[in-house]
Amino acid sequence: MSYNLMREFADSWGLLAMALFFVGCIAFALRPGGKTQADQAAQIPLKDD
Amino acid sequence: MKFGTEIVVLSLFAFAALVAAGFGVEGPFRQHMGVLFFAVAGFTAILLRNTDFKPAAPIDTSAYMDGPIRYGAIATVFWGVVGMLVGVIIALQLAYPHLNIQPWFNFGRLRPLHTSGVVFAFGGNALLCTSLYVVQRTCRARLFGGKLAWFVFWGYQLFIVMAATGYLLGITEAREYAEPEWYVDLWLTIVWVAYLILFLGTILKRKEPHIYVANWFYLSFIVTIAMLHVVNNLSMPASFLGSKSYSAFSGVQDALTQWWYGHNAVGFFLTAGFLGMMYYFVPKQANRPVYSYRLSIVHFWAIIFLYIWAGPHHLHYTALPDWAQTLGMAFSIMLWMPSWGGMINGLMTLSGAWDKLRTDPIIRMMVMAVAFYGMSTFEGPIMSIKTVNSLSHYTDWTIGHVHSGALGWVGMISFGAIYYMVPKLWNRERLYSLRLVTWHFWLATLGIVVYAAVMWVSGIMQGLMWREYDEQGFLVYSFAETVAAMHPFYVMRAIGGAMYLTGALLMAWNVTMTIRGYQRKEQPLPGSEPALRPAE
Repeated sequence: MSYNLMREFADSWGLLAMALFFVGCIAFALRPGGKTQADQAAQIPLKDD
Repeated sequence: MKFGTEIVVLSLFAFAALVAAGFGVEGPFRQHMGVLFFAVAGFTAILLRNTDFKPAAPIDTSAYMDGPIRYGAIATVFWGVVGMLVGVIIALQLAYPHLNIQPWFNFGRLRPLHTSGVVFAFGGNALLCTSLYVVQRTCRARLFGGKLAWFVFWGYQLFIVMAATGYLLGITEAREYAEPEWYVDLWLTIVWVAYLILFLGTILKRKEPHIYVANWFYLSFIVTIAMLHVVNNLSMPASFLGSKSYSAFSGVQDALTQWWYGHNAVGFFLTAGFLGMMYYFVPKQANRPVYSYRLSIVHFWAIIFLYIWAGPHHLHYTALPDWAQTLGMAFSIMLWMPSWGGMINGLMTLSGAWDKLRTDPIIRMMVMAVAFYGMSTFEGPIMSIKTVNSLSHYTDWTIGHVHSGALGWVGMISFGAIYYMVPKLWNRERLYSLRLVTWHFWLATLGIVVYAAVMWVSGIMQGLMWREYDEQGFLVYSFAETVAAMHPFYVMRAIGGAMYLTGALLMAWNVTMTIRGYQRKEQPLPGSEPALRPAE
């Protein structure tokens, strides 16, 4: 695999895939109804020792 | 037999080191193998003296495994004091060159001892012990793999000893923050994979359905450091009985690999790992959940996706292609957002409990840590901008920036975590003395302020002197003149560092007395609630 081929992949499909994954992660974290679950998760360290 | 297998394996290991010490092809390698032999043989002797042939006592597998964490807390304090002491020594060496003692204790050999000592020995042990503490308590599961945690702890200490003694003997790959040679790198790889198995195994057997965000940060730190360490240290030894090796890359590729490693060591060792610490210990000490859990998840993914690209900003105006330099700069600036999101999240965890800042010196320490996290992650992106970098690069400004992050953020959050954990780990009601914590807080904070402010002045002065031309196009200052101009700042910097070290010594005293079970009789801190008295 040549450098140019890898470079081309990195700034086209590679970039798209990573950007979509990132946006997906953020969208999932901020999804409607996610707040209750997040609030429960935030309590995990405080529940006991 | 207690420690049976360990004694046999370690004896063979010590024997192999002795053979290598005899047959090594060069002096420093033979000496280094001699150090390895005495370290391993000494450890084996300790095990032999503590062995017995009684049937082993049953282990309560329902309880958390805190033994290695107790050792880790002590190691953190110990290596912290050692690493900071070496820092003060090399600061004085810069101010007074006569303090360079050839060949073992000159600046060139002590400087990596200081950086590795504070980053990997102090910071590494802090991450190791807090990660094992946090993962058990947020997964509600005992550590995975029986004695694996002990192997990880002692294996890591051996790595530290080998790295440190290697530097003093003059053995180095000359890669910043990755100086250990190939055989020490291989050992660290083994220990690190064991650490990954230990941590992941504990997460997999968790009883809590959700994986708390602190564990995500810790896991990303472990996985990324494994990847960075392996790729950056791909090299071929000149001899299997010698210390010298040659990198698999050359020229600018080698430089970029090194700074891809170097910057992500900052990003994932000194940032992600310690953010894991923040997301557990700040809520615990404040007794409030994190301000926004969803923000912490956004913080996590944004850090993961952005940090890995920022390395090229260490190579501005070099042979690295221009587009790569600009890429590094652009991603560094984008890092402002997650960094400040995380800082706000940490600080706002205290909303509604700001009074604790007056009464609880441990929370004060943690808040100062988060504030320094915000400050140094604000300064970093500015310094990554090419025009700013043309002034700041290679000057003391960089050193000041690193120390505001390392002393302010990494140091302070680790101190906070140690002060929180130690009474819990040894079942003490409270620390030996809270007033000593206050002293530690102020010595450390003022030490950092002195250090960073002095380095700003000296660094900008140095940069301006280097680039000053006269009307005929000649450089105005010779290099030696810029060095002479920095002498007063070097002295002040050593004073700032000494203040920080004094704070760490107070912590060592406080932690020792807490472990031994003493409580200092002292006036309660001003601002705390007065003790209730019966009505008369």
